[in-house]
Amino acid sequence: MKPPPGRRLVPAYLVTGGRAAPADRRAAGYDRLAILTRSDSTPSDRFGQEHHRLWRLLRPGPLTLVECAAHLRLPVSAAVFLAADLVESGHLHIRPPVPPAQRIDRTLVERLLVGLRALH
Amino acid sequence: MDSAPSTDRIGYLPDRDQTLMKIVVTGPFAVGKTTFIRTLSEIPTLHTEEVMTQASAPHDDLVGVPGKTTTTVATDFGRLTLADDLVLYLFGTPGQHRFLPLWQDIARGALGALVLADTRRLDHSFEVMDLVEEQGLPYVVAVNTFPESPHHPDEVLRKHLDLHPGTPLLQLDARERSGCARALVALSEHVLARLPEDDRTAPEDRP
Ligand SMILES: Nc1nc2c(ncn2[C@@H]2O[C@H](COP(=O)(O)OP(=O)(O)OP(=O)(O)O)[C@@H](O)[C@H]2O)c(=O)[nH]1
Ligand SMILES: [Mg+2]
Repeated sequence: MKPPPGRRLVPAYLVTGGRAAPADRRAAGYDRLAILTRSDSTPSDRFGQEHHRLWRLLRPGPLTLVECAAHLRLPVSAAVFLAADLVESGHLHIRPPVPPAQRIDRTLVERLLVGLRALH
Repeated sequence: MDSAPSTDRIGYLPDRDQTLMKIVVTGPFAVGKTTFIRTLSEIPTLHTEEVMTQASAPHDDLVGVPGKTTTTVATDFGRLTLADDLVLYLFGTPGQHRFLPLWQDIARGALGALVLADTRRLDHSFEVMDLVEEQGLPYVVAVNTFPESPHHPDEVLRKHLDLHPGTPLLQLDARERSGCARALVALSEHVLARLPEDDRTAPEDRP
Protein backbone atom coordinates (compact mmCIF):
# COMPACT_ATOMS: atom_id res chain seq x y z
CA MET A 1 0.00 0.00 0.00
CA LYS A 2 1.53 3.25 -1.15
CA PRO A 3 -0.50 6.10 0.33
CA PRO A 4 -0.05 7.20 3.91
CA PRO A 5 -3.24 7.03 5.96
CA GLY A 6 -5.01 9.96 7.48
CA ARG A 7 -5.59 12.20 4.51
CA ARG A 8 -8.92 13.88 4.38
CA LEU A 9 -10.86 16.53 2.57
CA VAL A 10 -10.29 19.91 4.10
CA PRO A 11 -13.44 21.73 5.13
CA ALA A 12 -13.76 24.99 3.27
CA TYR A 13 -12.90 27.40 6.08
CA LEU A 14 -13.44 30.43 3.93
CA VAL A 15 -17.14 29.96 3.43
CA THR A 16 -17.91 28.27 6.72
CA GLY A 17 -16.16 30.69 9.06
CA GLY A 18 -13.92 28.02 10.45
CA ARG A 19 -16.56 25.97 12.24
CA ALA A 20 -15.49 22.49 11.37
CA ALA A 21 -16.21 20.17 14.23
CA PRO A 22 -19.97 20.20 14.83
CA ALA A 23 -20.79 20.56 11.17
CA ASP A 24 -18.50 17.65 10.36
CA ARG A 25 -20.53 15.44 12.57
CA ARG A 26 -23.88 16.80 11.47
CA ALA A 27 -23.08 16.56 7.82
CA ALA A 28 -21.53 13.11 7.96
CA GLY A 29 -24.67 11.49 6.63
CA TYR A 30 -25.04 13.83 3.69
CA ASP A 31 -24.68 12.07 0.39
CA ARG A 32 -23.54 14.15 -2.57
CA LEU A 33 -26.68 12.96 -4.32
CA ALA A 34 -28.99 13.97 -1.47
CA ILE A 35 -31.85 16.04 -2.89
CA LEU A 36 -32.44 19.54 -1.56
CA THR A 37 -35.80 21.30 -1.73
CA ARG A 38 -36.87 24.66 -0.32
CA SER A 39 -39.44 25.00 2.39
CA ASP A 40 -41.76 28.01 2.53
CA SER A 41 -39.97 30.19 5.05
CA THR A 42 -37.29 32.63 3.94
CA PRO A 43 -34.01 32.54 5.86
CA SER A 44 -33.32 35.65 7.91
CA ASP A 45 -30.30 37.93 7.65
CA ARG A 46 -28.60 36.00 10.37
CA PHE A 47 -27.55 33.65 7.60
CA GLY A 48 -24.64 34.69 5.47
CA GLN A 49 -24.54 35.52 1.82
CA GLU A 50 -23.50 32.00 0.85
CA HIS A 51 -26.54 30.55 2.57
CA HIS A 52 -28.76 32.94 0.68
CA ARG A 53 -27.12 32.03 -2.60
CA LEU A 54 -27.96 28.40 -2.00
CA TRP A 55 -31.49 29.35 -1.03
CA ARG A 56 -31.98 31.40 -4.20
CA LEU A 57 -30.50 28.69 -6.39
CA LEU A 58 -33.19 26.29 -5.25
CA ARG A 59 -36.11 28.61 -5.96
CA PRO A 60 -37.16 26.96 -9.25
CA GLY A 61 -36.94 23.38 -8.01
CA PRO A 62 -34.96 20.60 -6.34
CA LEU A 63 -31.31 19.82 -7.01
CA THR A 64 -28.80 17.39 -5.61
CA LEU A 65 -26.16 18.63 -3.24
CA VAL A 66 -23.39 18.08 -5.79
CA GLU A 67 -25.29 20.06 -8.42
CA CYS A 68 -25.74 22.90 -5.93
CA ALA A 69 -22.01 22.83 -5.24
CA ALA A 70 -21.22 22.94 -8.95
CA HIS A 71 -23.61 25.81 -9.72
CA LEU A 72 -22.38 27.81 -6.74
CA ARG A 73 -18.76 26.96 -7.55
CA LEU A 74 -18.13 25.56 -4.11
CA PRO A 75 -16.45 22.36 -3.00
CA VAL A 76 -19.04 19.75 -2.09
CA SER A 77 -17.83 19.87 1.51
CA ALA A 78 -18.72 23.57 1.70
CA ALA A 79 -22.14 23.08 0.13
CA VAL A 80 -22.78 20.39 2.74
CA PHE A 81 -22.18 22.86 5.57
CA LEU A 82 -24.50 25.45 4.08
CA ALA A 83 -27.19 22.88 3.43
CA ALA A 84 -26.88 21.40 6.91
CA ASP A 85 -27.42 24.84 8.46
CA LEU A 86 -30.52 25.51 6.38
CA VAL A 87 -31.92 22.04 6.96
CA GLU A 88 -31.43 22.47 10.68
CA SER A 89 -33.25 25.79 10.63
CA GLY A 90 -36.09 24.30 8.61
CA HIS A 91 -35.49 26.35 5.45
CA LEU A 92 -34.49 23.38 3.33
CA HIS A 93 -35.69 19.81 3.15
CA ILE A 94 -33.31 17.04 2.32
CA ARG A 95 -34.06 13.55 1.13
CA PRO A 96 -31.72 10.66 0.37
CA PRO A 97 -30.99 9.65 -3.25
CA VAL A 98 -32.70 6.34 -2.73
CA PRO A 99 -36.10 6.67 -1.02
CA PRO A 100 -36.16 4.75 2.28
CA ALA A 101 -38.73 2.25 0.99
CA GLN A 102 -36.68 1.56 -2.15
CA ARG A 103 -33.68 -0.73 -2.40
CA ILE A 104 -31.02 -1.21 -5.04
CA ASP A 105 -32.26 -4.63 -6.05
CA ARG A 106 -32.64 -6.60 -9.26
CA THR A 107 -35.95 -4.99 -10.12
CA LEU A 108 -34.37 -1.56 -9.99
CA VAL A 109 -31.30 -2.51 -12.01
CA GLU A 110 -33.53 -4.23 -14.57
CA ARG A 111 -35.47 -1.00 -14.96
CA LEU A 112 -32.20 0.88 -15.31
CA LEU A 113 -31.24 -1.52 -18.10
CA VAL A 114 -34.49 -0.94 -19.95
CA GLY A 115 -33.76 2.78 -19.90
CA LEU A 116 -30.15 2.34 -21.00
CA ARG A 117 -31.03 -0.03 -23.85
CA ALA A 118 -33.48 2.54 -25.14
CA LEU A 119 -30.66 5.07 -25.51
CA HIS A 120 -29.06 3.68 -28.62
CA MET B 1 -20.48 40.86 -6.20
CA ASP B 2 -23.45 38.73 -5.37
CA SER B 3 -23.08 36.10 -7.99
CA ALA B 4 -26.12 33.93 -7.75
CA PRO B 5 -25.97 31.86 -10.90
CA SER B 6 -28.66 32.58 -13.41
CA THR B 7 -31.13 29.78 -12.88
CA ASP B 8 -32.52 29.87 -16.44
CA ARG B 9 -30.47 27.07 -17.85
CA ILE B 10 -30.21 24.85 -14.82
CA GLY B 11 -31.77 21.44 -15.16
CA TYR B 12 -33.85 21.14 -12.02
CA LEU B 13 -35.17 17.82 -10.86
CA PRO B 14 -38.91 17.25 -10.95
CA ASP B 15 -40.68 17.69 -7.65
CA ARG B 16 -41.54 14.05 -7.09
CA ASP B 17 -39.92 11.02 -5.53
CA GLN B 18 -37.07 9.72 -7.62
CA THR B 19 -34.35 7.18 -7.13
CA LEU B 20 -30.93 8.52 -8.01
CA MET B 21 -28.23 6.02 -8.88
CA LYS B 22 -24.62 6.58 -9.73
CA ILE B 23 -21.89 5.06 -11.81
CA VAL B 24 -18.25 6.07 -11.59
CA VAL B 25 -16.40 6.75 -14.85
CA THR B 26 -12.73 6.46 -14.17
CA GLY B 27 -9.37 5.90 -15.81
CA PRO B 28 -5.97 7.47 -16.23
CA PHE B 29 -5.30 11.08 -17.20
CA ALA B 30 -6.82 12.24 -20.52
CA VAL B 31 -8.34 8.88 -21.39
CA GLY B 32 -11.73 10.37 -22.26
CA LYS B 33 -13.70 10.39 -18.99
CA THR B 34 -15.12 13.87 -19.48
CA THR B 35 -15.86 13.16 -23.12
CA PHE B 36 -17.76 9.99 -22.21
CA ILE B 37 -19.92 11.83 -19.68
CA ARG B 38 -20.54 14.74 -22.03
CA THR B 39 -21.64 12.33 -24.76
CA LEU B 40 -24.37 10.83 -22.59
CA SER B 41 -25.40 13.56 -20.17
CA GLU B 42 -28.73 15.32 -20.62
CA ILE B 43 -27.42 18.39 -18.78
CA PRO B 44 -24.26 20.34 -19.62
CA THR B 45 -21.47 18.59 -17.77
CA LEU B 46 -20.89 20.10 -14.33
CA HIS B 47 -17.85 19.96 -12.17
CA THR B 48 -16.78 20.48 -8.60
CA GLU B 49 -13.34 21.12 -7.23
CA GLU B 50 -12.24 19.69 -3.94
CA VAL B 51 -9.17 20.77 -2.03
CA MET B 52 -7.27 17.83 -0.67
CA THR B 53 -4.48 17.99 1.77
CA GLN B 54 -1.94 15.31 2.35
CA ALA B 55 1.10 14.87 4.50
CA SER B 56 4.23 15.19 2.42
CA ALA B 57 7.56 13.57 3.09
CA PRO B 58 9.48 15.53 5.71
CA HIS B 59 12.17 17.75 4.26
CA ASP B 60 15.39 18.50 6.05
CA ASP B 61 15.11 22.16 5.19
CA LEU B 62 11.70 22.38 6.77
CA VAL B 63 12.41 20.96 10.18
CA GLY B 64 9.58 21.76 12.52
CA VAL B 65 7.24 22.75 9.73
CA PRO B 66 4.47 20.20 9.34
CA GLY B 67 4.82 18.80 5.85
CA LYS B 68 1.60 19.37 3.99
CA THR B 69 0.68 19.83 0.41
CA THR B 70 -2.69 20.67 -1.00
CA THR B 71 -4.00 19.69 -4.38
CA THR B 72 -7.17 20.68 -6.08
CA VAL B 73 -8.89 17.79 -7.70
CA ALA B 74 -11.70 18.32 -10.15
CA THR B 75 -14.43 15.82 -10.76
CA ASP B 76 -17.06 16.24 -13.39
CA PHE B 77 -20.45 14.71 -13.61
CA GLY B 78 -23.55 14.44 -15.72
CA ARG B 79 -27.04 13.11 -15.47
CA LEU B 80 -29.32 10.83 -17.41
CA THR B 81 -33.05 10.44 -16.69
CA LEU B 82 -34.00 6.87 -17.60
CA ALA B 83 -37.58 6.76 -16.32
CA ASP B 84 -39.93 9.16 -14.56
CA ASP B 85 -38.62 8.05 -11.21
CA LEU B 86 -35.13 6.88 -12.14
CA VAL B 87 -32.07 9.06 -12.71
CA LEU B 88 -28.52 7.93 -13.32
CA TYR B 89 -25.58 10.17 -12.42
CA LEU B 90 -22.19 9.65 -14.01
CA PHE B 91 -19.20 10.79 -11.98
CA GLY B 92 -15.86 11.22 -13.70
CA THR B 93 -13.18 10.47 -11.17
CA PRO B 94 -9.39 10.49 -11.58
CA GLY B 95 -7.96 7.03 -11.17
CA GLN B 96 -4.90 7.87 -9.11
CA HIS B 97 -4.48 6.27 -5.74
CA ARG B 98 -3.55 9.55 -4.10
CA PHE B 99 -7.15 10.69 -4.57
CA LEU B 100 -8.40 7.81 -2.45
CA PRO B 101 -10.48 9.84 0.04
CA LEU B 102 -12.35 11.52 -2.77
CA TRP B 103 -12.71 8.20 -4.48
CA GLN B 104 -14.22 6.56 -1.46
CA ASP B 105 -16.65 9.39 -1.07
CA ILE B 106 -17.81 9.17 -4.66
CA ALA B 107 -17.79 5.36 -4.82
CA ARG B 108 -19.99 5.00 -1.75
CA GLY B 109 -23.33 3.72 -2.93
CA ALA B 110 -22.25 3.53 -6.58
CA LEU B 111 -23.61 0.70 -8.68
CA GLY B 112 -20.31 0.08 -10.37
CA ALA B 113 -17.48 1.62 -12.33
CA LEU B 114 -16.55 2.02 -15.95
CA VAL B 115 -12.77 1.90 -16.32
CA LEU B 116 -11.49 3.58 -19.47
CA ALA B 117 -8.22 2.53 -21.04
CA ASP B 118 -6.03 3.64 -23.94
CA THR B 119 -4.06 1.02 -25.89
CA ARG B 120 -0.99 3.29 -25.97
CA ARG B 121 -0.69 2.95 -22.22
CA LEU B 122 -2.73 0.04 -20.97
CA ASP B 123 -0.54 -0.25 -17.89
CA HIS B 124 -1.83 3.16 -16.74
CA SER B 125 -5.17 1.50 -16.13
CA PHE B 126 -3.74 -1.05 -13.69
CA GLU B 127 -3.71 1.38 -10.78
CA VAL B 128 -7.31 2.30 -11.56
CA MET B 129 -8.44 -1.31 -11.67
CA ASP B 130 -6.74 -1.96 -8.33
CA LEU B 131 -8.47 1.05 -6.85
CA VAL B 132 -11.88 -0.05 -8.10
CA GLU B 133 -11.36 -3.59 -6.85
CA GLU B 134 -10.32 -2.30 -3.43
CA GLN B 135 -13.59 -0.39 -3.25
CA GLY B 136 -15.43 -3.60 -4.03
CA LEU B 137 -17.15 -2.07 -7.06
CA PRO B 138 -18.15 -4.24 -10.01
CA TYR B 139 -16.60 -2.83 -13.17
CA VAL B 140 -16.19 -3.21 -16.89
CA VAL B 141 -13.20 -2.02 -18.90
CA ALA B 142 -13.80 0.08 -22.00
CA VAL B 143 -10.94 0.78 -24.37
CA ASN B 144 -11.36 4.25 -25.84
CA THR B 145 -10.26 3.88 -29.45
CA PHE B 146 -8.28 6.97 -30.31
CA PRO B 147 -7.39 7.01 -34.03
CA GLU B 148 -3.68 7.21 -33.28
CA SER B 149 -3.81 4.29 -30.83
CA PRO B 150 -2.99 0.80 -32.11
CA HIS B 151 -5.98 -1.45 -32.53
CA HIS B 152 -5.98 -4.90 -30.94
CA PRO B 153 -8.50 -7.71 -30.80
CA ASP B 154 -10.32 -8.17 -27.49
CA GLU B 155 -8.42 -11.33 -26.56
CA VAL B 156 -5.09 -9.55 -26.83
CA LEU B 157 -6.35 -6.64 -24.76
CA ARG B 158 -7.74 -8.96 -22.10
CA LYS B 159 -4.39 -10.64 -21.85
CA HIS B 160 -2.46 -7.38 -21.60
CA LEU B 161 -4.86 -6.05 -19.02
CA ASP B 162 -4.72 -9.31 -17.12
CA LEU B 163 -8.51 -9.25 -16.92
CA HIS B 164 -10.47 -11.75 -14.92
CA PRO B 165 -12.55 -13.83 -17.37
CA GLY B 166 -15.71 -12.57 -15.68
CA THR B 167 -14.86 -8.90 -16.22
CA PRO B 168 -16.45 -7.55 -19.40
CA LEU B 169 -14.29 -5.71 -21.91
CA LEU B 170 -15.45 -3.54 -24.76
CA GLN B 171 -14.13 -0.97 -27.18
CA LEU B 172 -15.79 2.35 -27.86
CA ASP B 173 -15.35 5.89 -29.10
CA ALA B 174 -16.13 8.18 -26.18
CA ARG B 175 -17.56 10.78 -28.57
CA GLU B 176 -20.13 8.40 -29.94
CA ARG B 177 -23.40 7.88 -28.13
CA SER B 178 -24.38 4.32 -28.93
CA GLY B 179 -21.03 2.84 -27.91
CA CYS B 180 -21.12 4.76 -24.63
CA ALA B 181 -24.67 3.60 -23.96
CA ARG B 182 -23.63 0.03 -24.75
CA ALA B 183 -20.85 0.30 -22.18
CA LEU B 184 -23.34 1.27 -19.48
CA VAL B 185 -25.59 -1.60 -20.54
CA ALA B 186 -22.66 -4.00 -20.20
CA LEU B 187 -21.85 -2.62 -16.78
CA SER B 188 -25.45 -2.82 -15.58
CA GLU B 189 -25.77 -6.40 -16.83
CA HIS B 190 -22.59 -7.23 -14.98
CA VAL B 191 -23.97 -5.62 -11.81
CA LEU B 192 -27.24 -7.47 -12.23
CA ALA B 193 -25.49 -10.82 -12.58
CA ARG B 194 -23.89 -10.30 -9.20
CA LEU B 195 -27.06 -9.25 -7.35
CA PRO B 196 -28.91 -11.89 -5.36
CA GLU B 197 -32.42 -12.87 -6.37
CA ASP B 198 -34.96 -10.42 -4.98
CA ASP B 199 -36.20 -11.71 -1.69
CA ARG B 200 -39.17 -9.84 -0.32
CA THR B 201 -38.82 -11.51 3.06
CA ALA B 202 -35.21 -10.42 3.48
CA PRO B 203 -34.64 -8.62 6.75
CA GLU B 204 -35.02 -4.89 6.29
CA ASP B 205 -32.59 -2.57 7.89
CA ARG B 206 -35.23 -1.40 10.30
CA PRO B 207 -34.20 -1.64 13.93
N1 LIG C 1 -10.23 10.61 -31.24
C1 LIG C 1 -10.76 10.56 -30.05
N2 LIG C 1 -10.46 11.54 -29.20
C2 LIG C 1 -11.01 11.50 -27.96
C3 LIG C 1 -11.87 10.44 -27.58
N3 LIG C 1 -12.23 10.65 -26.30
C4 LIG C 1 -11.62 11.77 -25.90
N4 LIG C 1 -10.90 12.31 -26.89
C5 LIG C 1 -10.05 13.50 -26.79
O1 LIG C 1 -9.02 13.23 -25.84
C6 LIG C 1 -8.77 14.33 -25.00
C7 LIG C 1 -8.98 13.96 -23.54
O2 LIG C 1 -10.32 13.64 -23.31
P1 LIG C 1 -11.06 13.98 -21.93
O3 LIG C 1 -12.46 13.51 -22.08
O4 LIG C 1 -10.83 15.37 -21.52
O5 LIG C 1 -10.26 13.01 -20.95
P2 LIG C 1 -10.33 12.93 -19.36
O6 LIG C 1 -10.11 11.51 -19.03
O7 LIG C 1 -11.56 13.58 -18.86
O8 LIG C 1 -9.06 13.78 -19.00
P3 LIG C 1 -8.63 14.33 -17.54
O9 LIG C 1 -9.89 14.70 -16.83
O10 LIG C 1 -7.76 15.49 -17.85
O11 LIG C 1 -7.88 13.21 -16.91
C8 LIG C 1 -9.72 15.42 -25.46
O12 LIG C 1 -9.01 16.27 -26.33
C9 LIG C 1 -10.82 14.67 -26.21
O13 LIG C 1 -11.39 15.45 -27.22
C10 LIG C 1 -12.17 9.42 -28.54
O14 LIG C 1 -12.89 8.46 -28.28
N5 LIG C 1 -11.58 9.53 -29.76
MG1 LIG D 1 -11.75 15.11 -17.38
